[in-house]
Amino acid sequence: MTNKPILEIRNLYAGVDDKEIIKNFNLTIHEGEVHAIMGPNGAGKSTLSHVLTGKPGYKILKGDVLFNNKNLLELSADERACEGLFLIMQYPVEIPGVSFMTFLKYALNAKRKYIGQSELDTMSFMKLVKNEAEKLGISQEMLKRAVNVGFSGGEKKRMETLQMALLKPSLAILDEADSGLDIDALKVVSGGIRGLLDGKRSLLIITHHQDLLEYIEPDFVHVFADGHIIKTGDKNLALELEAKGYTDFIKEAKC
Amino acid sequence: MAQKPEIEDLSGDKYKYGFTTDIETESAPKGLNEDIIRLISKKKNEPDWLLERRLKAYNHWLTMVEPSWAKLAYEKVNYQDLFYYAAPKQKVKPKSLDEVDPELLKTYDKLGIPLKEQEVLSGVAVDAVFDSVSVATTYRTKLKEKGIIFCSISEAVKEHSDLVQKYLGSVVPYTDNFFACLNSAVFTDGSFVYIPKGVRCPMELSTYFRINAQNTGQFERTLIIADEESYVSYLEGCTAPQRDENQLHAAIVEIVILKDAEVKYSTVQNWYPGDKEGKGGVYNFVTKRAACRGDNAKVSWTQVETGSAVTWKYPSCILQGNNSSGEFYSVAITNNFQQADTGTKMIHIGKNTTSRIISKGISAGHSNQTYRGLVKVSKGAVNSRNYSQCDSLLIGSTCGSHTVPYIENENRTAVLEHEATTSKISEEQLFYCLQRGLSEEQAVGLIVNGFCKEVMQKLPMEFAIEAAKLINISLEGSVG
Ligand SMILES: Nc1ncnc2c1ncn2[C@@H]1O[C@H](COP(=O)(O)OP(=O)(O)O)[C@@H](O)[C@H]1O
Ligand SMILES: [Mg+2]
Repeated sequence: MTNKPILEIRNLYAGVDDKEIIKNFNLTIHEGEVHAIMGPNGAGKSTLSHVLTGKPGYKILKGDVLFNNKNLLELSADERACEGLFLIMQYPVEIPGVSFMTFLKYALNAKRKYIGQSELDTMSFMKLVKNEAEKLGISQEMLKRAVNVGFSGGEKKRMETLQMALLKPSLAILDEADSGLDIDALKVVSGGIRGLLDGKRSLLIITHHQDLLEYIEPDFVHVFADGHIIKTGDKNLALELEAKGYTDFIKEAKC
Repeated sequence: MAQKPEIEDLSGDKYKYGFTTDIETESAPKGLNEDIIRLISKKKNEPDWLLERRLKAYNHWLTMVEPSWAKLAYEKVNYQDLFYYAAPKQKVKPKSLDEVDPELLKTYDKLGIPLKEQEVLSGVAVDAVFDSVSVATTYRTKLKEKGIIFCSISEAVKEHSDLVQKYLGSVVPYTDNFFACLNSAVFTDGSFVYIPKGVRCPMELSTYFRINAQNTGQFERTLIIADEESYVSYLEGCTAPQRDENQLHAAIVEIVILKDAEVKYSTVQNWYPGDKEGKGGVYNFVTKRAACRGDNAKVSWTQVETGSAVTWKYPSCILQGNNSSGEFYSVAITNNFQQADTGTKMIHIGKNTTSRIISKGISAGHSNQTYRGLVKVSKGAVNSRNYSQCDSLLIGSTCGSHTVPYIENENRTAVLEHEATTSKISEEQLFYCLQRGLSEEQAVGLIVNGFCKEVMQKLPMEFAIEAAKLINISLEGSVG
């Protein structure tokens, strides 16, 4: 772990239409750190992940976000992705008629182009994908199928992990990455994600229960309520939260 | 602040057209009358039988009324205000690609069209017209060895008069419809193909055609005859923007397919669609029809339509022979103020005839698109089958999409299936692509290409790659 900050969120206010959802939010993530944000349903966790990744439809009211020292909020969603920000989606969307192979090639080449590398030729690309896919137990047949069409919850998350492995983001945000996964799938996916942690890459795990945190151990756990972090601790905080339940915990924290 | 691209914004589009030509024409006076028709026929040195046919068509046309049943709103053409004969005589040609509009060249590059072909397409006066002549000659020799005839219809009228006289107008009679009737009276040129019995045409009739298809004219006439047990794949058009000052296009394509023969006809149409405000652009009123005359005859129409301001087009299959089959695969993209009323007719006459319709319509901007298809099963068409699938994809909320399937079934043993869907490119799909680093243009292109995949796969390889790029280009600039 180094002391270089990757993501710095300062005094952020954001929302939808007239509704303020994120209020006075502050968080700094350094290289190699694993952070978990826990909060009740409807707290605004997904909103935070969307605001960070530049999904259209949200209003930034105030505040700054630096990503690798760049003003993140000035970048478009695709630029943010190419800068190394990756979102493992809660519900990966289907794109009929577009094979995963094609999609991966577009994604990888977009990133390569952005960072000034030449496009990969088909042979090297296939080899690279095959190699990474094998590690995640993804068959060749799955790669030929259309993006997320007819994939089970577990398969979808596995494909998300594959994309993460190929794109090598410096910060990956996992929004409820464990939802819809059985224990076996959870192990494969979390194992895949853990395998990508090299001491430099950082993770922001967003979740409302602590299951996933048993597989990927966080350095910091933040409790999210009222639009911002109300308490920060280590992994034991997650256990405490789980034991008390959100309502009581938040009540106590406010006193 | 983060950019917030709205889906609405996908609708604007800038056409990469920007071409002026310096063509001096030797024209007959404006307007249409018997004398003009006599003049056309004389200029082309035509035999009497053809002139008589032209005059007959013209007199019938005078009794006809322009159809208005299509869902198209356009300013009617004043037929007396058009030139019906103009021999193009190019005065100043660009000397090299340096003199050609860079925008046009950019489009060629994006389409991956080789330099040499770019020169030909943009009308550069290359002396060694890139060997287009010699390439053509090579093709011709190869085709001739097999007994295949591939030439202009004017040439065919003289050299292969018996075939032309027998088949011209046999699939689309001059009485068929207003535009076909007009074409029958005034057509200027087009292509003629004859594949002899038992011959499989050894190449796609494409590269040759593209190189040579510079001035096809506004009343194009194509006749393809596939004799028994023969096969040909014919490619019409070009993905590069077609320069054209003619507002009205009324072409006819007739295909005759005899016993055990097969014809594949693919079109990529990218004529000038008009500007962003909907001014200008080509009116495309085409009649395309194939007759499967013999048993086991097969025909398949594949079209990618991205151009023209107004499209009125229904490539059809007359399934006369027993066990004959017809297919229609279509991608139509309309943007800005483009309008398209397109579809097919499958006429089942023989026993055990089958037809398949896959139509993919993409509308953006303020465009309007209608799929109009007829499946007709006659009394004798025992055990016929049709499968129709019409999918529409909307980009933005200011465009229109309609599906009008007509079914006329006179035989109870027929099995007819119809499926239709309408969908939108969702914000979620776009965001997913963007989150993986794709630009919005790439994302839209990818999603649309995925939507059209079933049809694109039917195009011959070389064409498919260009057509996929064309889809991206025709939606390009429509984002953000
Ligand atoms: N597009 C939207 N329009 C209106 N309200 C929204 C929108 N997105 C989220 N919200 C509201 O914002 C709050 C936070 O939602 P979300 O970020 O999805 O919470 P979480 O992920 O923590 O469950 C909820 O009350 C939700 O209803
Ligand atoms: Mg959520």
